Amino acid sequence: MANPEHPTEPSTPAGGAGTAAPRKAVVIGGNRIPFARTGGAYAHSSNQDMLTSALDGLVARFGLQHERIGEVAAGAVLKHSRDFNLTREAVLGSALAGDTPAYDIQQACATGLETVVSMVNKIKLGQIESAIAGGVDTASDAPIAVSEGLRQVLLNLSRAKTMKDKLTAAAKLRPKDLAPEAPTTGEPRTGLSMGEHQALTTAHWNITREAQDELAMASHRNLAAAYERGFFDDLITPYRGLAKDSNMRADSSMEKLAKLSPVFGRSLDQPATMTAGNSTPLTDGASTVLLGSEDYARGHDLPILADVVDAEAAAVDFVHGKEGLLMAPVYAAPRLLARNGLKLEDFDFYEIHEAFAGTVLSAIAAWEDEEFCRTRLGLDGALGTIDRSKLNVNGSSLAAGHPFAATGGRIVASLAKTLHEAGSGRGLISICAAGGQGVVAILEAR
Amino acid sequence: MADKYLNLVNSALGKTAAKKLGLPRPAHLRRYQPGAPLVPGPVLVVGAGAGADAAATTVLDWGLDVRRHADPRGKYGAVILALDEVAHPDDLSGPVLEAAAALKRLRPGGRMVTISRPAEAENDPATAAARQGVDGLLRSIAHELRGGATGNGILLGPDAAPSSSSVAGALHFLLSGRSAYVDGQFLRVDGDGATIPADWDKPLSGKVAVVTGAAQGIGAAIARTLRRDGADVVVVDIPPAGESLAEVANAVQGTALQLDITADDAGRRILDHALGRHGRLDIMVHNAGITRDKLLANMDESRWTSVLQVNIAAQLRINEQLLGSGQLSEAPRIVSLASTSGIAGNRGQTNYAASKAGIIGMVRASAGQLADSGGTINAVAPGFIETAMTARMPMATRQVARRLSSLQQGGRPGDVAETVAFLASDAAGGISGQVVRVCGQNMVGA
Repeated sequence: MANPEHPTEPSTPAGGAGTAAPRKAVVIGGNRIPFARTGGAYAHSSNQDMLTSALDGLVARFGLQHERIGEVAAGAVLKHSRDFNLTREAVLGSALAGDTPAYDIQQACATGLETVVSMVNKIKLGQIESAIAGGVDTASDAPIAVSEGLRQVLLNLSRAKTMKDKLTAAAKLRPKDLAPEAPTTGEPRTGLSMGEHQALTTAHWNITREAQDELAMASHRNLAAAYERGFFDDLITPYRGLAKDSNMRADSSMEKLAKLSPVFGRSLDQPATMTAGNSTPLTDGASTVLLGSEDYARGHDLPILADVVDAEAAAVDFVHGKEGLLMAPVYAAPRLLARNGLKLEDFDFYEIHEAFAGTVLSAIAAWEDEEFCRTRLGLDGALGTIDRSKLNVNGSSLAAGHPFAATGGRIVASLAKTLHEAGSGRGLISICAAGGQGVVAILEAR
Repeated sequence: MADKYLNLVNSALGKTAAKKLGLPRPAHLRRYQPGAPLVPGPVLVVGAGAGADAAATTVLDWGLDVRRHADPRGKYGAVILALDEVAHPDDLSGPVLEAAAALKRLRPGGRMVTISRPAEAENDPATAAARQGVDGLLRSIAHELRGGATGNGILLGPDAAPSSSSVAGALHFLLSGRSAYVDGQFLRVDGDGATIPADWDKPLSGKVAVVTGAAQGIGAAIARTLRRDGADVVVVDIPPAGESLAEVANAVQGTALQLDITADDAGRRILDHALGRHGRLDIMVHNAGITRDKLLANMDESRWTSVLQVNIAAQLRINEQLLGSGQLSEAPRIVSLASTSGIAGNRGQTNYAASKAGIIGMVRASAGQLADSGGTINAVAPGFIETAMTARMPMATRQVARRLSSLQQGGRPGDVAETVAFLASDAAGGISGQVVRVCGQNMVGA
């Protein structure tokens, strides 16, 4: 990031020349609750309830009752102010030992992956032996704030000492101040929703409606097939009567997807292509990942699914239109690959978070584009291509849904299990986030 | 599910009213509590010969107050009636009449235990008549006992020495509060495969047990009881039941395994989980079962097949995989849940009764295979147990069902669990291939 002329120049690898390589941090397993479309099965569940349940399911799966975990990091994107210590409160309500420390992280949709990265780094440094990373979000139980006008009046009232001061403060209240403010997915600096931002990028890369619908259909079918073969038996614990992701449509078809009307990009010159079918819905859910040193896993007779090799964050200037809002992972990936001496084709599985089908397809198109890779990424040529049969093989956010902070944990646990089942290989994770940010990571099979 | 009538007739006013009106007067049962005395008073041992002497020595070793002669003023916690040497019905009269006088002096929650030998075809007719006579005698005594006292018998197989630890193990169970809802039953003891535990309150210490269908009801009670007795417990249930399964796992500090037991590799997955996480597998409890009631004339294929698949075919397959693996611990224990429907039949339950009777056949036929490794396999047949299922019965039907047993009340899931835990223990090593009813001597199928 420090060198805008060569944005892909890798930073010095951790434990570089002259120092011993840090020890490994491994994925032991994961647990999430099924994801529910907002206003559905979890309409009356709070972030804390859901995160606690996801933790308890993880504890039950791995027999961690009353155990002090090194640290728990989790977060939520949509968060009540009362949930300032969300993760610690969830730990206290769970079956984990009460002396397990915990903290919150927030990096929009990359929150879940960033919690994994943070915990992994502490394990690699030898600061902790075990960790749980996670994330939770609810748009059903979203915080609703009072308007800025009412907030100012209330604060002035609380400071007012005399009756006259109080009346003066109260008199500033206007009827419009009484309307509550709900959170939106709009970007504060552009006022555009995430979907409208993506519509710009989708149009820029000429991603067709058909290609987006195909990706959406594959997501549903892959997810349904994974359920069918029991893939999620040890990754999910039901919650509130829901046993499977409620957004999943196993019978999804191109015909059904083709019937949906576009919802984003309708004011652009090009035909609008983004529909409710190829965009993720608002979703509620929580996920957790159990991480540890190799010694911890072996000493506790716990499985080792994958190594978390490395990760990289990036951000782009979407405010001035230089790059698409959700394109940051496109910049993070080449830096991560270079640092690890890998090519884009060196992976057996790719987990590219499906915020929108257009996000995934734009990223792939950008990596395949020689001109873009030279001018924007500072590479000699195209970064490479992705074998689509290795992409999101057990479904992704278009089918499962996307409770913002919970998506990273879902992907890490699922990919780790996929790699472990395969017996060998490497997986690349790419997650875009609001604010023009993105995080990518590499996992290796164990 | 609370039995309000039971509580009413045990109140001062209710007791008098019920007595005057000749209504049933069920008693609060003496159930096991860790640390409580084995029996609520001195033990009277009636009879002469090896059985009586061995029983007296055994209970004396347990530090109990043992009497060999009935004291007309004494109160007893238990009466042991040894009839193992009877060779003619005339031989019954002396000891039986001596015991008769003591029965009136049996304390509430007392125990009557007969020790005898089974009548076999090769016995001379007089001996067989005397031995078979004990069967009718004991079952009638059990009907006559009041105040929560129970009557059960131990049948000594041809190679079971009265002084063997196998007999001691069975005797301890029948005297204890663990057998509170076992009434009018015989336990047949063969060989000397039993081991007396170092601590009677932790008989399963160091063992690893698997319980299927453990998310709720009787299965959850079994998990809790096995844990109380010292075992590490793996709780298994179908993935959709995962939320309550996790709660049970966390309550018993065990691990949850979400698994459909009808999967082809269910036995292998159970074994892998137990060995991988807990290092061994000693006890397999097949509790999972379903009902799909319909009169046979209206039975469809899915109702019939699903019940047979879950209730018996899955168990056969799992047992085959477990026993064929050679990876079970020394002297393994398998306990299956049968049902009184499998013994007596039940209208509308042809499928269920066939599956449960199948279990009885399965354990009888599997005992020989397990005997090679010192293992045992048995079935437990619950009678009317107060569960969520029976709570849905119409009130009047439920009240009648409760009073249809000698103990005049329904049992608790924990009562079934106690018998399962006993059969899973080393002390039950002399018992195999049998069905133990936990039914309060229910009239149905008696």
